Amino acid sequence: MARAKVARKSTSIDMTAMCDVSFLLLTYFILSATAKQPDPIDVKIPSSTYKIKVPEKDIALLTIGKGKVFFEAAGPDIRVATLEKIGQQYNISFTPEEKKRFSVIGSFGVPIQSLKEFIKMDGDARKKSGLESGIPIDSNNNQLQDWILQSRNAVAELHSEPMRVSIKGDAAEEYPAIKKVVDILQKQKINKFSLITTAEGGK
Amino acid sequence: MAELDTSSGGGKKGGGKVRTKKSSTKVDLTAMVDLAFLLITFFMLTTTLSKPTAMDIAKPDKDEKNDQRLELRASQTMTILLGKNNKVAWYMGEAGSVAPEIVNFSQIRQAILDNKKSVKEKTGKDIVMVIKPTSGSNYKNFVDIMDELNITGIKTAPAIDDVNILDSETTFMKQGGIL
Repeated sequence: MARAKVARKSTSIDMTAMCDVSFLLLTYFILSATAKQPDPIDVKIPSSTYKIKVPEKDIALLTIGKGKVFFEAAGPDIRVATLEKIGQQYNISFTPEEKKRFSVIGSFGVPIQSLKEFIKMDGDARKKSGLESGIPIDSNNNQLQDWILQSRNAVAELHSEPMRVSIKGDAAEEYPAIKKVVDILQKQKINKFSLITTAEGGK
Repeated sequence: MAELDTSSGGGKKGGGKVRTKKSSTKVDLTAMVDLAFLLITFFMLTTTLSKPTAMDIAKPDKDEKNDQRLELRASQTMTILLGKNNKVAWYMGEAGSVAPEIVNFSQIRQAILDNKKSVKEKTGKDIVMVIKPTSGSNYKNFVDIMDELNITGIKTAPAIDDVNILDSETTFMKQGGIL
């Protein structure tokens, strides 16, 4: 009996379409991912079961660690506007170049007097310089208060939204250090703020 | 799609021409697809996992002129004092009348749940929490206790009071060695 012959087919599949799709997705994910700004200080944030996401707009982020406070306003336009306002207040004028450079700096913690010098440096030098001593929060030289106030003004003017304040504190930070910052916020009648935590797994 | 037609179209003209050997332009894309998917997986995970979460905190208004202060009923109030060495002290009702109890963070959840239940049974109202972080506590303790309130399902906003720490509370905490 003659056997029915099974036609041999090649097992190699055309990968082109699959390759196209996967690279399209890859491009999408690369573009949608925001580059993570390096933190000026190593902060270990406590975990919680809260699931509220942090908004990305109209928010100021205060990083507290080792007794130092760092400030960051979200959005380049807000940063520039804040810098202009704070420059006016302290009688420091910033060039357009400096404003542009400042608009991409994330969290920073330098006194306003050395801010010009700080802007001039590039990423690596900033870390090494040791200029980042935290934003002064003493009662007679309370620059943090001014930064918060001016960024709130900037957000109100540009986006006509109230600015939110979030606090990213180191888990081991002593409570009085946090209280000091919170008191500054409360002086400006910010009684509501968010604490940034990491998601706790499995609960 | 990715192949090019390498066969020369002008084969009709003359015979006997030296033909270049046809080689397939098909490239094996399997490895490339593998790599692409690996990268996709990486970017997908990093974008969604790195989002931090936030805990919203409201503190009482500090304005002295504000006279809209609510008196808390002692029978439905539980006060938690945050001390050092990750210890907390809690008591029900008025300060001084009941001796506070010093517990760990792992035990406080049960205490909150018990008190919540008994307050509900006795008064029919929800429990009111007062959190008093002292100078000995750290930031993690504060976040933890807020988290415990969230876990135990305390709906009313807790009063966070770091100013009016009473004398009786300080003395007790010093005795207990947590301040």
